[in-house]
Amino acid sequence: MMEAQMLQIQKLDFSYRGKKVLRQISFGVEQGTIVSIMGANGSGKSTLLRLLRGRLRPESGSIRWDNAAAHKLSRREMALQVAVVPQQLQQPFGFQVREMVAMGRYIYQQPLAGPSRQDWKIVDEALASTDSAHLATRCSAELSGGELQRVMLARALAQQAPVLMLDEATSQLDMGHKRSICLLLRHLGQNGKTIVQVSHDMNSAAEISHKILLLSPAGEQIAFGSPHEVLTSAHIEAAYGVQVEIQRQSSTGGGRGGRPEESTEILRFLPQPLMFGSTP
Amino acid sequence: MRPSVRHTYLWLPLCLLFLGGAVVAGLMYGTVPLTPSELVDILLHPQSSGLKSTVVWQLRLPRVGLAALVGMALAVSGTVFQAVLRNPLADPYILGVSGGAALGAVLALTFFSVQSYTVPLLAFSGALLALFLVYLVARAHQAATHTLILAGVMVGSLCTAVLMFLLLYAPADPMRNALFWLAGNLARGEERWLPYGAGVCVILVLLLWSRAGLLDVFTQGEDVAADLGVDIGRERLFLFCAAGLLVAIAVALAGLVGFVGLVVPHAIRLLWGAGHMRLIPAAAIIGAGFLVGADALARTVLAPAEVPVGVVTALVGAPFFLYLLRLRGR
Repeated sequence: MMEAQMLQIQKLDFSYRGKKVLRQISFGVEQGTIVSIMGANGSGKSTLLRLLRGRLRPESGSIRWDNAAAHKLSRREMALQVAVVPQQLQQPFGFQVREMVAMGRYIYQQPLAGPSRQDWKIVDEALASTDSAHLATRCSAELSGGELQRVMLARALAQQAPVLMLDEATSQLDMGHKRSICLLLRHLGQNGKTIVQVSHDMNSAAEISHKILLLSPAGEQIAFGSPHEVLTSAHIEAAYGVQVEIQRQSSTGGGRGGRPEESTEILRFLPQPLMFGSTP
Repeated sequence: MRPSVRHTYLWLPLCLLFLGGAVVAGLMYGTVPLTPSELVDILLHPQSSGLKSTVVWQLRLPRVGLAALVGMALAVSGTVFQAVLRNPLADPYILGVSGGAALGAVLALTFFSVQSYTVPLLAFSGALLALFLVYLVARAHQAATHTLILAGVMVGSLCTAVLMFLLLYAPADPMRNALFWLAGNLARGEERWLPYGAGVCVILVLLLWSRAGLLDVFTQGEDVAADLGVDIGRERLFLFCAAGLLVAIAVALAGLVGFVGLVVPHAIRLLWGAGHMRLIPAAAIIGAGFLVGADALARTVLAPAEVPVGVVTALVGAPFFLYLLRLRGR
């Protein structure tokens, strides 16, 4: 049943300027699955993503992509494997949105040639799939935060790497677009794309993720497994220091394809109601 | 600031029109003004003798060529520095090249007789030496952007301090020459070296143009560029060396012509967007035209005396740029 793990992390430790940021992290990512990394602010989620794509070197332990150590891959080799949707991005210069998405094709371009006709076709498809085709000729400097995030996602899709990494990439989206990106990610996962994301949106992470890695504020691994296993009241309190109420609903017409776990339930997390006044 | 993304297909004809107009003005105006028919006649009969023919063929054409070369080199290197440093206010002299070149030139003017070749030679050496020094310092930090800028500013300041010291003790005559050189001066151009300079500059510009996609990616920040597959350290070194060499050649041939490298790339971005596939050739052509036109003005305003061309580029460029900002801001 289990597909081969394309990414394996074992006993990973990492310190930044003498401060331990991540401790004893171990998990694996199978091809075509969606893995969400969750935890409080400062728990090392973004650092972990940087380690996974070889931008930082582990202090101890190992990160292996198909048996090659992450930090030993060249930037080009990594870009062929992983496309990244960054957290935020200032645009000091005004590019046409289409030109900006075409930057995702950089690794495929010959030194003397610009994007080919095929590259432009891929760019336009990527824009369409993120509901941004109408932005194609707009200037990047005048996009809203949400529009820019969708364009960044389009650029990562145009890169056509088997793995997509998102670092809080839907944080600036409105409810409608957040939902459509969430569905797009699930669709991509069903079509074989591997997705590793840092997310604060517990409901949508629970809905689309096959596996969740929950980190404590000290950078320890609280749990790794299916949303069902990981997102319990006790774990969430350990991660965020808040008590939550979990509602488990059966989804109508359950058993839609592509989800390896048995769960046809949708988890709903509602923070405990705010209490006003003194309690008896 | 909203670049219009329409009408982009007109960029090449418009750029060439601008350059053509500037070249015609550069050939017609000066101490000896020419009518258009005279100019055409002279250009069609290269062998004819006479004062005006000599003026055009011996004086103005080489000078127009020099101005075009220097303008192209400065505008393209400015474009590259702005993209790599992600700073629209970066100019070609940001890495201390100007300080090194100025020191070299003033040394030549103060201590050597007015041998025409010593100034460009020492200015070029000074520029390269400054670049090398900046690189040596920044290398310890994998040539990180902020280290490069800081090292550049420091090397520049050091050179300026030594230069001020030299100028204090220099006799009046070389000092006047030095001031003229510091403000940018196309009259000193060494004709013999022009073809070599032009050859190297054109190759460097084509090389940078061929990496337009790389420059695009650099504007997204080094972190993002690395994720898009760029070997940051190596490519940044290549871009800095190519752009630095362009500046060194420009400075050696014409002194410190300011403003071209800052304003030209910026203006083109406002007009046609930031994509380097278009920006690099457009900057090369408009930069060339801009300096040719500015030089024509510098020769005519106080004829027969000359205004340093750097003064004209700033006097013309700054108001035009402000107008463009206002126009595009609406």
